[in-house]
Amino acid sequence: MELAFVIEKVILVSLIFVITLVIAMYSTLAERKVAGFMQDRYGPDRAGPFGILQPLCDGGKFFFKEEIIPAGAHKSLFILGPTIAIITACIGSAVIPWGQTLTIGERVIELQVTDVNIGVLYMFGVVALSVYGIMLGGWASNNKFSLMGAVRAASQSISYELAMGLSLIALLMVTQSLSLKEIVEQQSGFVNWNIWVQPLGFLIFLICAFAECNRVPFDLPECETELIGGYNVEYSSMKLGLYMFAEYIHMFVSSALMATLYFGGYNFPFMNDLGLSQNWITIIGVLVFFAKIFAFIFFFMWIRWTLPRFRYDQLMNLGWKVLIPLAIANIVLTGVITIINDTFF
Amino acid sequence: MQSLSNRKKVLEQKPMNFWERIYLPAIFKGLGITIKHFFKPIPTVKYPEEERPYSKNFRGQHSLKRDEQGRERCTACGLCALSCPAEAISMISAERQKGEEHLYREEKYAAVYEINMLRCIFCGLCEEACPKEAIYLDGPHVTADYLRKDFIYGKDKLVEPRFDYKEKHEPTA
Repeated sequence: MELAFVIEKVILVSLIFVITLVIAMYSTLAERKVAGFMQDRYGPDRAGPFGILQPLCDGGKFFFKEEIIPAGAHKSLFILGPTIAIITACIGSAVIPWGQTLTIGERVIELQVTDVNIGVLYMFGVVALSVYGIMLGGWASNNKFSLMGAVRAASQSISYELAMGLSLIALLMVTQSLSLKEIVEQQSGFVNWNIWVQPLGFLIFLICAFAECNRVPFDLPECETELIGGYNVEYSSMKLGLYMFAEYIHMFVSSALMATLYFGGYNFPFMNDLGLSQNWITIIGVLVFFAKIFAFIFFFMWIRWTLPRFRYDQLMNLGWKVLIPLAIANIVLTGVITIINDTFF
Repeated sequence: MQSLSNRKKVLEQKPMNFWERIYLPAIFKGLGITIKHFFKPIPTVKYPEEERPYSKNFRGQHSLKRDEQGRERCTACGLCALSCPAEAISMISAERQKGEEHLYREEKYAAVYEINMLRCIFCGLCEEACPKEAIYLDGPHVTADYLRKDFIYGKDKLVEPRFDYKEKHEPTA
């Protein structure tokens, strides 16, 4: 492996890492701003112009709070819990194609950390791993309420992962590829976006993404109002902050994934008719991709300030009795339509 | 039972139809409502920078007035303290000495004049009682403070500043 390649990847990885963290950081502010505007008030606007320093203040507050590790807690696992949560949230962005290629001098730089040919499976594995952060944290606290919260969160995640996987199968039947890069390349042009061929699959995936990110209306793992918090009752200071931060990173990564899988990733309409050079198309493509991501993040927040929380039995009913049968029906439907298409047209 | 007001409504619970059961139309309706509010003008007044217009007869902090020559009008008659329903006002009077005619208008003046702003109910009766037009509740809001003792406002805070004041030292209270 040549040195330039290593440097290029290191730069790309750190850039993506920083962008992820910054976006997650400002999502916390954006969330409160969106909440404010939807409730006819300004959000936080005292720290800096428009409150742009608010995330720094919040972070600083978290760092200076007293950090409590309960006497009965398993110390190393207690620390490992939020660590796993944040790491699994971050590593998901490794396979997401952020753009086409940039040509600088002789080098052609891929704007994707690694194009593994099982990108979708990798994503899915990472999402499944994130349960461990919650589960470990709840269990290591040595508190029955946090353990119950963790079990609740884990069973929710596992139930919705099932429907999510099934909805992805239907998508993969259409794309015939597990590589995210290839899936994006297939969606070049507005009419080729996967949302047009898999609307039902997208809906199921979207609902499951909400559940996987523990967002409203599926935020039972951490509902402060009715269920005394959940897995994180014993956490304080930045450890609690990391759990909350992981949720925002999840939101960013799953927005990126949805934009990649269903909304054409970095493709934008008329991208090949503008007569621009490859570098410019790539740069605009990256911006368009981020615009799509921000739209999804906004949608996440929009839903949060619109819908109330599900009751737990409703949650399970929706997951097992509605989404999974729907996803299976979607697979069958996709298969039938594909065969009809192949034989008759 | 027979309805007395004729306004009784019997609610029946119908089973939900298909569209209600899949919830999506209701969700989109809800999203529509929240996005409408997102673009609505915000009624919040950003207080310290921006103030709501006050009524013309708003009663705020008291000020002890001076006359045209900059002399204190108050003669320490005690009518304001007497009229005060909250017993917030107290004062100690003193006799004007020779050479103080430019400071006090009458022969008697208030050496100490204190209003306890925690007791005051801003009713304006002191203003009405004053025969010398010496006290008016025409100031701003009384601001917050940390200690109770700091809410007892003395003459240093109450007497209005003298705009033609040339001498260096304040009149001794």
